[in-house]
Amino acid sequence: MNKFEQELKNNNFVCTFCTHCNKLVWPISDFCNQCFGMAIWKKVNRTAKLIEFSRKDGEIFCISEFEDGLRIMGNIINAPNLQIGQSLNLVKCDYENGHAVFILEPIY
Amino acid sequence: MRKVGIAASGLTEFSKNDLPIDTLMLSAVKSLFDESQNLSQKDIDVVITSTNDNNKYLANIISELSGISPKSAHAIESLCNSGTSGIVSAYSYVASGLADSVLVIGAEKSNNPGLVLEWDKSRGQYTHPIYWSSMFTNAHMRKYGTTLEDIAYVSAKNHRNAINNPYAFFKKEFTIDEIMKSKPLTENLRLYDCSMPCDGAAAVLVSAENTIKKFTDSPVWISGIGQKSISAGFTKNEELTSMSSVIQSASSACQMAKKTISDIDVAELHDAFGICEIIELEDLGFAPKGKGSTYVKNLYDTDDKKINPRGGLIGSGHPLGATGIAQTIEIFQQLQGKANKRQVEGAKTGLVQNMSAAATSSTVLILES
Ligand SMILES: [Zn+2]
Repeated sequence: MNKFEQELKNNNFVCTFCTHCNKLVWPISDFCNQCFGMAIWKKVNRTAKLIEFSRKDGEIFCISEFEDGLRIMGNIINAPNLQIGQSLNLVKCDYENGHAVFILEPIY
Repeated sequence: MRKVGIAASGLTEFSKNDLPIDTLMLSAVKSLFDESQNLSQKDIDVVITSTNDNNKYLANIISELSGISPKSAHAIESLCNSGTSGIVSAYSYVASGLADSVLVIGAEKSNNPGLVLEWDKSRGQYTHPIYWSSMFTNAHMRKYGTTLEDIAYVSAKNHRNAINNPYAFFKKEFTIDEIMKSKPLTENLRLYDCSMPCDGAAAVLVSAENTIKKFTDSPVWISGIGQKSISAGFTKNEELTSMSSVIQSASSACQMAKKTISDIDVAELHDAFGICEIIELEDLGFAPKGKGSTYVKNLYDTDDKKINPRGGLIGSGHPLGATGIAQTIEIFQQLQGKANKRQVEGAKTGLVQNMSAAATSSTVLILES
């Protein structure tokens, strides 16, 4: 298990970061995809923006965008109504069965 | 660069069977040899296999089983876009003069490992293609007012076209009502909106202008090629109501062929899901943005076979590595005037659009008789 996956298991969302370009390197990688400099680990701000969503069996799945345009697919809970572009908070992350798990909640 | 064309083709029925991948590939090669005139194993300089299958050294294995001793033999893998990627490689061999004739064979098993891109951690737990399809669908519905009924017309049209394709997985017409009431997979995706992974193989012989006449009296030329890879991960698709890789590959292909979309008489589009065909029609320029569904409904109402005459992926089935080659074979037959009940009358210029992993990469080919 790599650091990304281990940290997810501890409810920490971390991503690789290039100090030279001052940006997140996503998907995680040893090297920056712009300057090929060594990437370091950085905590990701847990506030996201809702890009798109749909439902399966009543469960909401979505694309959410974090800082630096980092997008992931996750699950939204406690959402009586949703609007594209609205703010979401990452309430829990995990790593299960080889997949990252992101659970978000709307900020009203 | 030399002119490069398609000289011959071979197909197996798309189905669910227990045949191993090498048997499937060999069946398509046999079909190609059976239908070709004057073709001998010695004529083939390069053998390319396109597949997501885990079996190794398949191009060399199929060469040996076919009695071919090529200069080069190797595999090409690019998920659902493997087939046309194999054809583009064949084109490059022939155009450069490294080879005169290249045999490209695509095949897949329904349980192949190419269905889900495990590398893409940005998909979280939503790894199955139904989830990205739902994202494109909702975005298009919101922006353009596209309805689930509009999307059902893609499936209805393509299933109806597939009835006249002897190699299709489905040979059954579905009503709009049957499609709309088929098993819901997500809130905006039903079972009959989806293409079916299945077993199948397809092969083409790509040849140079100075050798092609030996094998056929009616070659079909590859006049335009465009490819674009945006990313590997789905969430790098910035815009969800269009497919950037499709727009860019179409632009390159049209520029190379010196054609515009209004010159295209018949096209095979990558309808992995119903919404894909609607977006592709718009991105390729067959319909204005937001009017792809109107275009599809008109094709359905007038029984116009211009788009996906063989039934698309939804009607024909989707054996990943074979799909792009089977699409190309359809346009090959259309431009030869040999598509039987599927024939678009007088078709002279055709287009193939094949893509991978939520449109993160795409190929567009333009073919001419
Ligand atoms: Zn950098």
